[in-house]
Amino acid sequence: MESSQRIARRFAECKSAGRPALVAYLTAGDPSPERTPGLVLALERGGADILELGVPFSDPIADGPVIQEASDRALKAGTSVAKVLEIARAIRQRSEIPLVLFSYLNPLLSYGFSQLASDARESGIDGVLLTDVSVEEAGEPVSQLRAHGLDTIFLAAPTSTERRLKLVAEYSSGFVYVVSRTGVTGERSSLAANVEPLCTRLRALTDKPLAVGFGVSKREHVQALGEYADGAVVGSAIMRIVDGHPDAEIEARLEAFLADLTGGQP
Amino acid sequence: MSSPRTPDAGGHFGPYGGRYVPETLMAPLEELERAYYEARQDPAFQAELVDLLANYAGRPTPLYEAKRLSEQLGGARIFIKREDLLHTGAHKINNCLGQILLARRMGKRRIIAETGAGQHGVATATVCALFGLDCTVYMGDEDMRRQRLNVFRMRLLGAKVVAVHSGSKTLKDAVSEAMRDWVTNVDSTHYLLGSALGAHPYPMMVRDFHRCTGDEARRQMLERIGRLPDTIFACVGGGSNAIGIFTAFLDDAEVKLVGIEAGGRGAKLGQHAARLSGGRPGVLQGAYSYLLQDGDGQVSLTHSISAGLDYALIGPEHAYLHDQGRAEYLSARDDEALAAATRLARTEGIIPALESAHAVAEAIRQAPDAKGKVFLVNLSGRGDKDTDIYRENLPELDSPEG
Repeated sequence: MESSQRIARRFAECKSAGRPALVAYLTAGDPSPERTPGLVLALERGGADILELGVPFSDPIADGPVIQEASDRALKAGTSVAKVLEIARAIRQRSEIPLVLFSYLNPLLSYGFSQLASDARESGIDGVLLTDVSVEEAGEPVSQLRAHGLDTIFLAAPTSTERRLKLVAEYSSGFVYVVSRTGVTGERSSLAANVEPLCTRLRALTDKPLAVGFGVSKREHVQALGEYADGAVVGSAIMRIVDGHPDAEIEARLEAFLADLTGGQP
Repeated sequence: MSSPRTPDAGGHFGPYGGRYVPETLMAPLEELERAYYEARQDPAFQAELVDLLANYAGRPTPLYEAKRLSEQLGGARIFIKREDLLHTGAHKINNCLGQILLARRMGKRRIIAETGAGQHGVATATVCALFGLDCTVYMGDEDMRRQRLNVFRMRLLGAKVVAVHSGSKTLKDAVSEAMRDWVTNVDSTHYLLGSALGAHPYPMMVRDFHRCTGDEARRQMLERIGRLPDTIFACVGGGSNAIGIFTAFLDDAEVKLVGIEAGGRGAKLGQHAARLSGGRPGVLQGAYSYLLQDGDGQVSLTHSISAGLDYALIGPEHAYLHDQGRAEYLSARDDEALAAATRLARTEGIIPALESAHAVAEAIRQAPDAKGKVFLVNLSGRGDKDTDIYRENLPELDSPEG
């Protein structure tokens, strides 16, 4: 099956508009599965270009406290992989925002990769990023996902050797997710100094769009990244807003935050 | 049967094992693997390790024939490999000495580790003190409460013990927190993982550092009675002591290998840690193996009276040995382990760790019907650390009147 091309098209649109794509991460199911589609639409109104829908997992080794706690809340609210796909369908009925499923391997493995790939595509998902799958272990998932026209996004890290960066670029489609620093997800006051050189190394290996995440939470981060990357991923700052405000205010707060990040009108 | 002794280049034992970690950890794992292969070939490294194992840790450990216990049971002759007599009280020190030499060789100045019951934490704190390296141990808040004595021992040895408040506040969460620390501080830090778990090369490397147990026991059995045991019993949490004793006997097809998992309070999910009977393959914390999980692929909570067996994933080489039929995996419940510990204490004057008591329980169960057979039990640790749990569970011994 052909890729939906939603991700590629969105990066191309942002490029011609001369700005980085804003990739917003949201843990699906926090505070409840019913609320997630509305939160996604709020993020889109605020200026999100691409949406990463996080599948909650009991043991999120790559995440800092904010997303760990969001995962816990989502699981307590009864969020399963099937529920996340339902959420995706609900979003897709109302929006054309590119959707990336962001997950640890085990929940998807348990669902069954062939079934997952088919159901994800049918639910309007455009790509899948597996946090804890190295390219060495990715053969089977990637062939299933690609067979159903889903993009596969892999992480490039500051520690990655030249050989590994080549593999990551080769296995990725849609975009490459550039991890800005060694560490877990979470907000930081400044961007890591080594992220620009990492992007430069990747540019020499691939034409695919580069989106930088981990520690990106402010407008000045997004602006700075725009000089050398094609997109910025914001996650923990969003989940902190979801957790930190009265239920009725979350949409408005998210919309305002995204507008601020992207330089639009709040 | 193909020998699983060496995993493939990607660290797979059959389909199990591998490397399921975020990309940031991949290059450090490759570096660790390279350093380990070099060290393994280096006679100077091996000589230093052998010297420490002998003169610091106390190897070889005795092979003891439990004559009173055997006589009472009226069947098999039971031999006990006394890993409980090692420095720090359990087999864990074998692996810690190996990895600390490797860390020093790699120029790492900071060591982190996870611990459940605290035995691996104490062994790690011990080798860090010995080599003057900075030591941080992650331990679930709930485990810190249950194992206060070991928390104190670690601190006495100069380690920093960090309480983990996430998830179930036990071993699994301590591993996650140690991995988060490692991914943040990879340049300066070696993660001294304590069992035959995690991403390659850990399951292979930890096994290799523990295989001295089986090599010694095999030689000792031949010297003592001129033959190999018929059955070997070892408890399996991650599975490091079991793989340590099994490895030397893998090619001896006539020797039965039995791993004993924690049967906990019973067969209901959440009440035990019997991964091979109650789990299905999945990925947790770096490796693919049998995993206790719910229908949505979320990792289940586990229960065992022994913190060291209380983990949702079994080491990948055990999953392979199970599928190949080379080893058999059974379980013993909390009450069976307690009864076995009491019996061993009263008949042989040996108080075992609650983990090791699971292996003793299965040997006791099988012995009466095994006349003429020879059993070998790996007594991986001593019971001092479990005194509080023994007291809680044997209140009749703890009243002022006695």
